[in-house]
Amino acid sequence: MIEIEQLTKRFGLFTAVDGISFDVEPGQVLGFLGPNGAGKSTTMKMITGFLAPTSGQVRVCGHKVEGDARDAKRVMGYLPEGAPSYGEMTVAQFLSFIADVRLLKGAERKQRTDSVIEQLNLQAVINQPVETLSKGFKRRVGMAQAILHDPQVLIMDEPTDGLDPNQKHEVRELIKGMAQDKIVIISTHILEEVDAVCSRAIIIARGRIVADETPQSLLARSPSGKLDDVFREITCAEVRS
Amino acid sequence: MNNIAIILRRELSAYFATPVAYVFIVIFLVLSGALTFHLGGFYERGQADLAPFFNFHPWLYLFLVPAISMRLWAEERKSGNIELLLTLPITMAEAVVGKFLAAWLFTGIALVLTFPLWISVNYLGDPDNGVILAAYIGSMLMAGGFLAIGACISATTKNQVIAFIISVVICFAFLLSGFSIVLDFFRAWAPQMVVDAIASLSFLTHFSSISKGVIDLRDIIYFISLIAFWLYANTVVIELKKAS
Repeated sequence: MIEIEQLTKRFGLFTAVDGISFDVEPGQVLGFLGPNGAGKSTTMKMITGFLAPTSGQVRVCGHKVEGDARDAKRVMGYLPEGAPSYGEMTVAQFLSFIADVRLLKGAERKQRTDSVIEQLNLQAVINQPVETLSKGFKRRVGMAQAILHDPQVLIMDEPTDGLDPNQKHEVRELIKGMAQDKIVIISTHILEEVDAVCSRAIIIARGRIVADETPQSLLARSPSGKLDDVFREITCAEVRS
Repeated sequence: MNNIAIILRRELSAYFATPVAYVFIVIFLVLSGALTFHLGGFYERGQADLAPFFNFHPWLYLFLVPAISMRLWAEERKSGNIELLLTLPITMAEAVVGKFLAAWLFTGIALVLTFPLWISVNYLGDPDNGVILAAYIGSMLMAGGFLAIGACISATTKNQVIAFIISVVICFAFLLSGFSIVLDFFRAWAPQMVVDAIASLSFLTHFSSISKGVIDLRDIIYFISLIAFWLYANTVVIELKKAS
């Protein structure tokens, strides 16, 4: 379970995230929506412990992200925006480095590594340096890294951004396959994605939560039956007010 | 396996995965050899010691060490990888120390590869090997000082070229802080105590006494505390800059 209380982040005078609170239960796939610059990435960076909040706190599976950082980070897998990884390493070397850090050993290590390589179809490029791979493969390497230790909580910042339709489909299938007893949070601005994989959608604009409901009830708000219209209406209304 | 060791191993293999390691080692060996024989007058002096070799180390390190340290954090920030690294269950201190030790070990490897000079001088004469060992230790400590400065500067920017140039300038100031080129800048306005303190920070004075075979505890404490200070500053800089 993730508990977020009054999370706020200011950069100088600019408030990127403004007193956000919500909980996420196991089994939920939470879609984080919002216009660019709304504070989606900043919120994710605070949940994963990369940025320290200005105020407020995050607990992940009972561990405070600030204070009990190591335990909190152990239960999380994180795909940062753009899926960075060490370019000069081969896929096998990179996954082995992550397995070292994640304290995977012996049979479990081999089983997990083989399993993510198969899940993400990385067999063909396993001995290639990451920097020589296509965007789609790089993204998959980033996802492999995030799920290698079979984390309780999976957080992905725009996991399908820049992928072709087939690759998007594969990523969504993977997320659906993970979900039963785990917590998954993805950020996106592709609305059909929320409808396809998420069981809950939070829309944020200018650092605040403006909607928190199921994708179905969001859809029901729109006379045209299109998520795009609901999104525009909610986020634009917030900016005008 | 310990987290520092995991980071160290990854960083060290990163040096050897690209041509950086080989280019550096070859240039270091060629330059140190050329300086020893041509400018240092290794043969002409007629003395069986390695002073002409070690005397050039501060100047070689001034340009070569920042070339090793410049990528440590600048590349991490530019590629966005820092976000991955710092959300793994690793503390900031472990990452900073692991990276620093990898770079230090790498300069150690380059330094060890100068052993033919040591063999030559032993073949040609009867040098005091204790002094040579002390000089190697001193050289290693000085390289650590340069690297710690370079690692910290590398964290301030995403641009490796800027990291290199600023590191060279700061290392140069530390190298010559006992000399008038740096001291005159402070003498005009700073109290004598400050000027004396700055003068005592000179790499050259601390290194030259070790390289003559005098291992003074104060010189060792100087280099160790210098490294500790810059690595601490490194963690502070990352904390401040990682969001940008």
